[in-house]
Amino acid sequence: MIEVRDLHKAFGAVKAVDGVSFTARDGEITGLLGPNGAGKTTTLRMLYTLMAPDRGQVLVDGIDAAADPLAVRRQLGVLPDARGLYKRLSARENIDYFGRLHGLPEELLASRREALVKALEMGDIADRRTEGFSQGQRVKTAIARALVHDPRNVILDEPTNGLDVMATRALRQFMTRLKEEGRCVLFSSHIMQEVGALCDRIVVIAHGRVVADETPDALRAQTGENNLEDAFVKIIGSEEGLAA
Amino acid sequence: MNDMSAKIRRGGAFLTVFLKEVKENLRDRRTLMSAFLTGPLLGPLLFVMLINVTLNRELDKAEKPLPVPVLGAAYAPNLIDALKAGGVVPGAAVADPAQTVRKQDADVVLRIAPDYGKAWRKGEPVQVELFYDSSRRDANTSVERVSDLVENYARQQGAMRLVARGLSPGTAWPLQVARRDQATPQSRAVLMFAMLPYFFVITIFMGGMYLAIDLTAGERERQSLEPLFANPVARWKILCGKLAAICAFSTASLLITLLGFAVVGRFIPAEKIGMELDLGLHFATYVLLLMLPLVLLLSALQSLVAAFAKSYREAQTYISLLMLVPIIPSALLSFMPIKAQAWMYAIPLLGQNLGIMQLLRGDGVTGEQIGLCLAGSLAAALVAVLVTAQLYRSEKLAISA
Repeated sequence: MIEVRDLHKAFGAVKAVDGVSFTARDGEITGLLGPNGAGKTTTLRMLYTLMAPDRGQVLVDGIDAAADPLAVRRQLGVLPDARGLYKRLSARENIDYFGRLHGLPEELLASRREALVKALEMGDIADRRTEGFSQGQRVKTAIARALVHDPRNVILDEPTNGLDVMATRALRQFMTRLKEEGRCVLFSSHIMQEVGALCDRIVVIAHGRVVADETPDALRAQTGENNLEDAFVKIIGSEEGLAA
Repeated sequence: MNDMSAKIRRGGAFLTVFLKEVKENLRDRRTLMSAFLTGPLLGPLLFVMLINVTLNRELDKAEKPLPVPVLGAAYAPNLIDALKAGGVVPGAAVADPAQTVRKQDADVVLRIAPDYGKAWRKGEPVQVELFYDSSRRDANTSVERVSDLVENYARQQGAMRLVARGLSPGTAWPLQVARRDQATPQSRAVLMFAMLPYFFVITIFMGGMYLAIDLTAGERERQSLEPLFANPVARWKILCGKLAAICAFSTASLLITLLGFAVVGRFIPAEKIGMELDLGLHFATYVLLLMLPLVLLLSALQSLVAAFAKSYREAQTYISLLMLVPIIPSALLSFMPIKAQAWMYAIPLLGQNLGIMQLLRGDGVTGEQIGLCLAGSLAAALVAVLVTAQLYRSEKLAISA
C-alpha cells in the first residue's frame, strides 16, 4: 500500500507538486491521470525516493520514505520515466544486475527472472544484447528488471508510452495480473481510455494538485457525464494535454 | 529472510556494480582499444622511436665524415689537412656563407681570409670565420666539432712556435681547467627521459577515461541512472563500485605500459652515448607503488568532471581539458630545474614526477619520499572521492535531460 500525504515540491518558482494526497491500495490498480506537465512524474519520483519532497509524507507499507528510503525502495518495483537499459548487456543480464543489487540469492534470482521472462513473453529476446531493441522489447526488459525482487508495490510511469497496440494490450493484461496477485499497482498516464479501462481508482492531477480521487463509476456520477472523456475534461477544466 | 543474511548480501552491492561495469566495458571495443592498446602502448613506441632517432643522430654526427664548405681553402693547406684528419670533408666554396647556413644547406661554413698565408708566415694572429646558426640545435654537434678541431690546431701550432723560440709551451697557458664531470651514466639519461612520468600519467588517464565518461555522463544520457538509483543501494556504494571499475582499467593500462617500457628499454641503445637506463622490474615496481594513489585520484577527478556534464560529448570535452593538468609538473621541471624539497613529494603529480626522475637517475627513492608521495596523493584522492560522492547525492544527477 502506498500512502501519499500533502506532497509539495518546487523547482525554483515553479510549484511542480502542490499538495498531492492519495492512497493506492493492495489488490487494486490506481491510475494517476493528468495532462502533460501536471506533476505526475515528479510525484512518482518522490514516491521512489529519487527526490525528497519539500513538504509532506510518503508511506510505503507503513514505512516512511524520508526516514528509511532504502527500505521503501525494497518494497517498490519501479518503471521510471527513464527506461535506459545497458545496451552491451543482454536482457537477462540487465535483469540479473538489478536482482543482485536487491541482494537476491542466485537461485531465487534465476527462478524469478525466468518466471518474468515467461510472463512477459520475452523468451526469444532474453539472450540478445539490448542494443537495437524495439520500444516494446525495451519496456518489457525494464519491467522485468523492476519486478525481479517480487515487490508488493509496483509503480509504472506512463508504461504504455510509445508502444504499439499489441504491446499495449499485452502490458495491460500484465498489469491486471499483477493486481490479481494482490499487489498494489500505481501507474501514471495521460491516456483516458487506458485509465478508464484498467483502474479501480483514478486520481486526477492538474497543476500539481489532486482534483479528483474516485472510482471510474463515481467520477461519471459526480460529473453527471456518461462518457469518461467528458468527465475528465470537466474536472480538469480544459482539454489541453490529454489524449483519448 | 532474516536480517543478518540480508545485510551480508547487500554488502555485495559494491561488488555487483564493479563486476557489471567491468563486464560491460570489456565488451566495448573502443574502451578496450584505448585502455589496453593505444593508451598504454603508444607511449613506449613513440618513446623508443624518438629516443632512437635522437641517439642515432648524435652518434652519427660524432663519427661520420662531416662535409663543410670552405672558402679560401687554398690559403691554408695545413689547417685543411688537420681538419681532414678530424673527419671533416672540405667542400667547394659557396657564394654566400651566411645564406647557406640560414637556408640549412650546411650546418657550418668555414671562411679563411686571403691574407692568411702572409700573416701566418709573419707569426701574426689571423682570423678564421665559422658561420653557423646556434638556434638550430641539431647542428650544434657539427659546429662544436669543427670549432674544436680549429682550436686544437691553433693550440698545437702555438705550442710549436714557443718550442721553436726555446720557450716552454706552459708559459702561454699559466692556468689549466680540469673538468670533473659528476654526471653518472644514469643521470645523463634523465635529461632525455624527462617526459617519462607524463607518459605514465597519460596512460592512467586514457585507461579510465571512457569508463569514467560512460559510468556517469553516459549512463545519464542513456537514461539508465534513474532506474539504477531506484534500487535499494546507497548511492555512495554505487559510486565506489564504479570507481573501482575505473581504477581496475587504469591500473591494467599502467601495468601494460610498464611492461611495454621494460621491453623497449632493452632496445634503446642508451649505453652508446654513455647513459644507463633501467626500466626493468625494480623500476616498474616502484613506479606502480608511486602511481597507485594517483590512479584513485584521477578516476575520482574524471568521474567528478564527467558527472557535471550533461552528455557524453560534453564530458569528453571536459576530460580532455583535465588531461592537460598533469603536463604542468613535467613541463615545470623541464623548464626550471628546481632542487627537490621534501614537501614537494607530498604534492600529487609533482611527487610522482620527482620520484620517477630519482629512480631514473639511479638514486632510488627513500622511504620518507615514498611515504610523503603516497600520503599526499592519497589524501587528495580521498578529498576527490568525497566531493564526487557529495555530487552523487544531488537530486539533479539522476534526472536525464
